[in-house]
Amino acid sequence: MKPTSFDYTAPNTVGEAVSLLADEEREAKVVAGGQSLIPMLSMRLARPELLVDITRIPELGRLHVDESGNLRIGAAVRQAHAAADNAVRDGWPLLAAAIGHIGHPQIRNRGTVCGSLAHHDPAAELPTAALALDARFVITGPRGTRTVLAEDFFVATFSTAVDADELLTEVVFPPPPAHHGWAFEELTRRHGDFATVGVAVVLERDTAAGTVRTARVVFCGAGPVPVRLPAAEDALVGSDAGEQARAAAARAVLAGLTPSDDVHATAEYRREGAAHLLVHACTTAWERC
Amino acid sequence: MSHDFDRARPGNGGWIGRSVPRVEDDRLLRGNGRYVDDIALPGAVEAAFLRSPHAHARIESVDVTAALAAPGVVAVWTGDDVADLPAMLNKEELRTPPGLAELLDPVVRMTPMPLLAREKVLYVGQPVAVVLAENRYLAEDALELVEVRYAPLPVLVDPEHALTPDAPLLHEDLADNTAVAVATRVGDPEAAFAGAHAVVSEQFDAHRYVASPIETRAISAQVDPYSGRLTVWSGTQTPHRLRDAIAHTLGLESATVHVIAADVGGGFGQKGILYVEELLVPHAARRLGRPVLWREDRNENLTASSHAREQIHRIELAADAEGRLIAVRDRITVNFGAYNMTGLVVPYNSLCHLLGPYRVPNVHIDVVGVLTNTTFATPYRGAGRPETVFAMERAMDRLAAELGIEPEELRARNLVRPDEMPYATGLVDRSGRPQSYDSGDFPELLRRAVAKADVERVRAQQREGARDGKRVGIGFAMYIEATGLGPFETARIDIAPSGRVRLAIGAPSQGQGHRTSMAQIAADAIGVPLDAIDVVGGDTEATPFGVGTIASRALVNAGNATHRAGRLVREKIVEAAARRLGVAADGLDLSDGVVHAKEPGGPSISLTELAGKAPLPGTPEPTDGRHGTEISETVHFRPPGFAVASGAHAAVVEVDENTGEIEILHYVVVHDAGNIVNPMIAEGQVTGGIAQGIGGALYEEMVYGPDGQPRTGTYMDYLVPTSSEIPDLDMDEIFTPSPMNDLGVKGLGEGGAIAPQAVLAGAVEDALRPFDVVVRRGPLSPSRVRALIRTAART
Repeated sequence: MKPTSFDYTAPNTVGEAVSLLADEEREAKVVAGGQSLIPMLSMRLARPELLVDITRIPELGRLHVDESGNLRIGAAVRQAHAAADNAVRDGWPLLAAAIGHIGHPQIRNRGTVCGSLAHHDPAAELPTAALALDARFVITGPRGTRTVLAEDFFVATFSTAVDADELLTEVVFPPPPAHHGWAFEELTRRHGDFATVGVAVVLERDTAAGTVRTARVVFCGAGPVPVRLPAAEDALVGSDAGEQARAAAARAVLAGLTPSDDVHATAEYRREGAAHLLVHACTTAWERC
Repeated sequence: MSHDFDRARPGNGGWIGRSVPRVEDDRLLRGNGRYVDDIALPGAVEAAFLRSPHAHARIESVDVTAALAAPGVVAVWTGDDVADLPAMLNKEELRTPPGLAELLDPVVRMTPMPLLAREKVLYVGQPVAVVLAENRYLAEDALELVEVRYAPLPVLVDPEHALTPDAPLLHEDLADNTAVAVATRVGDPEAAFAGAHAVVSEQFDAHRYVASPIETRAISAQVDPYSGRLTVWSGTQTPHRLRDAIAHTLGLESATVHVIAADVGGGFGQKGILYVEELLVPHAARRLGRPVLWREDRNENLTASSHAREQIHRIELAADAEGRLIAVRDRITVNFGAYNMTGLVVPYNSLCHLLGPYRVPNVHIDVVGVLTNTTFATPYRGAGRPETVFAMERAMDRLAAELGIEPEELRARNLVRPDEMPYATGLVDRSGRPQSYDSGDFPELLRRAVAKADVERVRAQQREGARDGKRVGIGFAMYIEATGLGPFETARIDIAPSGRVRLAIGAPSQGQGHRTSMAQIAADAIGVPLDAIDVVGGDTEATPFGVGTIASRALVNAGNATHRAGRLVREKIVEAAARRLGVAADGLDLSDGVVHAKEPGGPSISLTELAGKAPLPGTPEPTDGRHGTEISETVHFRPPGFAVASGAHAAVVEVDENTGEIEILHYVVVHDAGNIVNPMIAEGQVTGGIAQGIGGALYEEMVYGPDGQPRTGTYMDYLVPTSSEIPDLDMDEIFTPSPMNDLGVKGLGEGGAIAPQAVLAGAVEDALRPFDVVVRRGPLSPSRVRALIRTAART
């Protein structure tokens, strides 16, 4: 459990970082909080020749709400920082709640929001929260800067739209709808574990009709990427989010979710658990609308 | 937690029975612990082991050329390079006690383990080569360059499959894959079953899990250039056995090997046996002429340090109409893994603890230990008892359900009563003597556990039905534990010229607080203050003879050795003082470090003064040549029999039928470990045992795929409970002093770990009574609980 030999550098600008990543002579890997990468190095599952530490790039340490009302979180912002930020807690409480489920305080103090997103363990909380909140991903590389939608960002387990020579510099959360409610719930074996299965729900309320105008339902631990389930969303949209609608959404989960077995739980357990969580989460989200 | 632990206990100076803060903690909490990895040896090389990626394969070739050429590499050895060293056997553990051999004639087959695999590998993780390099990083780089060609062989993971006639052989010199086999009978079980009112016949499986000490194994070795002797630092629980094994393997005199178990971060049995790494590291130190360090990483600890617990019980209970047990039959299959490391220890412990606190007139127990292509299994806290208690207590719950008797009532009807002590079970104990329970009050344990757990309240809640899909349930489990395994332990007490007392014991500490509890015993025995005593444990120089800290034996053996040595030293001090003071010894007393006349106003002399000065002029010299500066005693305590500890656990749980999640609402433990030396340490021991038991009951499982690959090789997948998962414990105790030793103590290191699996399984099954499920194995993961409910709903 000792890593292979690697070099380490901590550039001060995004440009420097990107040029290091684009250097074809050396295989480089970005490190920020190191909460996933360091164990992978120790187990020799990752064997980069160069670690590019991005935590000394000032602009990446910023968390702010821009003039359009978007929450922008730079690549070096720690999870604990984001979860404690008043703007986040007021405007994007689902994000703060999701972070609260990540590991333990020591892990959240080191781990970064963007690091978890770019690492992309599909059982992790942040990818699912990002998809539920319709986040945008700002990626910078030798070919310039591009923005990728959440639904295009997560490709497969441990794989995202960020290429090897690119850097995820920022994740952007658009302002949530005016009348919305949310919930984030998960089942874990122990406090702080990755979710066996979990769900993020965002419901938008049509205040005149008293019904659900839009719904986003996303599961973690349910596939190789965060799984958005339109059939469950459809069961909720237009309804009063009442018992019948919630039961219909749960049926959509049982019919449509295709998780896998592992040592912690069977696929069937995950499917049932997801359906159960969704019913509860819808109730909570609707109450918060 | 509420206790009345601090009541007075027997003890001369009142040290025994007090919750003295551990003298170890100041040093450990400040980071001044000295674990093997903290002991810096200048110029040390580090070892890393190449381990088999196959569960069963023939080694076709090993090529170390590239590895040898790698930077920083000092040596690379394969099985051929160490073929001149004898293969490893845990000789002491594999010995069958004469009484047992005579009465039961057990089968115990030896499977010597090559220090590095040569022809075959038998489990994933088996050492195949060792790299010695300037540091561990470079050593691991070189490991990747060792080229081994394997020809895979058929893999056996399931022990019952391994016993079938067509199963491939692990050890080709053996007739089959049986490692040990033993059977015992009492009375006429066949007739009892034939005439029974009720019979329960079930299979219960104890699943495989592991010790997970916070400090993994580590060893460092150095040939001292000054003395030429070999010094070895190890986390071992049995330093004297390690010393002898190293000497035997390397062809040295035992006296030229010095083993020190300094601070050790938990052993739990995993460090109580001998491993090949512990022999290869000293070998390397001698061969290279440089200090060598190996520290195990967590992945190695999980996959290649000893495993435990995996057993299959096909158990049958026969009872009369009142629920009294008339017979028990059990066929126990123990998965030994790839080597027979510890022989009868675990299987026989399971056998002779199956009946527990219950009176059973007719018995047939059959145990077989089976070799499979998994990591070898050895004792782990409880050592065969948690497994057997799981089977017996689960069977008792099924019998209660069958007869329509409350589970606690069924247990009460079958308990051995205090007036039956000493109680002979009819079995043979682990030492080969007729098994006898020396002491105990099992009905009182159960009565207190039932009262604390408030059964009536749980039953009332159950009548109200589920709330939000959550159902409560209650479970009970009882156990006995034969503690204080012999053959002996050593204590040596020396009085220094300063008057300080040095106590050396053979048993090392892995966190049990020996420096405190043994000092309490010595302080009372001698009559000196606690802070006048220094305790050394686990150093083969300080006590050339010793056994170790395993099998809930240290307090019983080392504690009573300390007590006796202390009393002898006390006599000598008083005699020396009498000579010095010119008075009769029987008129003197020793307390708080001062010898003084029993009568008020008489002469007195402090131990400091007595020990530090030459005899006063005119004082007659003692005829035996002893004087104050040479007061020393060594005692080897040999227990005449086992001190039987016991306990009753009860748990109230809430099971969410939708998610399968279990919440422990109330955990009750009532235990009996005889007289208690340090109640705070005792509470910590019981609590830690229960935490590991809860781990096994709900979280921990070492899972193998059918290909023999471990699937839970990191703490991401192997789930050890944290403080968040362990509830507050509602603890109580009774005291039935053991007549087997002067102090009346019993071991309690393992007790807490014995009952949690059984009690939590019973509580969950009780909560799910409306579904009529039977809990046959753990851990009770939410997924497994949901599967029980789902299956029940479908049938």
